[in-house]
Amino acid sequence: MAKHHIETTVNGDAVEFLCETEDTLLDVLRDTLNMTGSKEGCASGDCGACSVTLDGRLVCSCLVLGCEVGGRRIETIEGMAKGEALHPLQKKFLEHAALQCGICTPGFLVASRALLERNPNPSDTEIRYWLAGNLCRCTGYDKIVTAVKDAAVAMRSGHNG
Amino acid sequence: MRYEAPETVEQATALLAGTSEARALAGGTDLLVQMRADVVDPSLIVDIKRIAETRAVTEDNGGWRIGAAVTGAELKEHAALKKAWPGVVEAANLIGSTQVQGRATLGGNLCNGSPAADSVPALIAAGGVAVLVGPQGRRELPVEDVMLGPRKLALGKGEFVVSFRLPPRPPRSSDAYLRFIPRTEMDIAVVGAGVSLTVDAGGTITAARVSLGAVAPRVLLVREAAQAIVGSRLERGAQDRLEAAARAACAPIDDKRGTIEFRIQVAGVLARRAALIALDRARTN
Repeated sequence: MAKHHIETTVNGDAVEFLCETEDTLLDVLRDTLNMTGSKEGCASGDCGACSVTLDGRLVCSCLVLGCEVGGRRIETIEGMAKGEALHPLQKKFLEHAALQCGICTPGFLVASRALLERNPNPSDTEIRYWLAGNLCRCTGYDKIVTAVKDAAVAMRSGHNG
Repeated sequence: MRYEAPETVEQATALLAGTSEARALAGGTDLLVQMRADVVDPSLIVDIKRIAETRAVTEDNGGWRIGAAVTGAELKEHAALKKAWPGVVEAANLIGSTQVQGRATLGGNLCNGSPAADSVPALIAAGGVAVLVGPQGRRELPVEDVMLGPRKLALGKGEFVVSFRLPPRPPRSSDAYLRFIPRTEMDIAVVGAGVSLTVDAGGTITAARVSLGAVAPRVLLVREAAQAIVGSRLERGAQDRLEAAARAACAPIDDKRGTIEFRIQVAGVLARRAALIALDRARTN
């Protein structure tokens, strides 16, 4: 069976790749496109470490097939910093020590950005519910919530953190 | 394993009918997990999302038509649908995380064939009808008749759910869905209850439908529970009759998520609370 030839957009760049039907978008990102920022935690949609946006919609890339994404717009953690300039969320995660081992962090950052794009001033409760599908076994979440709130303040005031 | 993404229902049904072990793909939040766990091993995946009807939400002769592959996140953003059917939308929005909401669909939730599916009791209470297409053409089935038991559906070879129809809404009508889980988010219903009702100008219930999930091998339409509150204003006595009728319909299993006794008890509680919420919404609608 011939592989699928897929043309799509990743972080604004036109990308093409070959994949088998059973390859997930996460497999394609990590193993074919060498974009290893998205992590495989559970491979069953429970942990959120593989979060990306697909046409602006937050999804687990482990629950999307590579052959589904032709003509779509994919945003990953690799597109978050602009060159050396970190996104405000990345700066605030560093400032507030909102990470320890770091495996969950790309997923939290991508998910938090999707939240702040829709809701620039979320409450603690809104942040916690939005991020309920991102699991962290190190921080206990408080520092993550603090970092997201602080990044929201910075972004609302037009500062880049 | 082949993958096809047809743009017409005719192509999709021909593919599904012509291949053994073919599976329809909507959001994939159950199918991909089951493939990964080797629970299913399809030889063909038919992605139905490029068929326009599966992705549209439209007003339809005073009611609504919801595509089988519309996601929970899209339903949440549809203000008019949410106003007409808040219970259906809140039930769909209880499925999984934000990420899962970006993919999970009503069609997938029903056709996964779980008695604990959150959106199914809400659709049944709403009087929802599943629109099926297959090699013999198009037919409609009440949602309560689609699932026959765990993982067992009343779909023929090559048939799939393309959309759902929700009926026109009389004035002063609304619905609600509640579930019990031990946590506040990201869990599977131990019990679910959906109630849809209509009241007259004086606040008396003139029509009702009650559905219970996770208390039997399939999601139940409980006519006795609806009869217990029609003609009432949901006074304490009617609430008690509703609870009793809901509990009498339950035939649950014991498992790690809940005992038989607990599920029966909670089914009554949730049916009463969902009815009170639906009544409150209907009075102000």
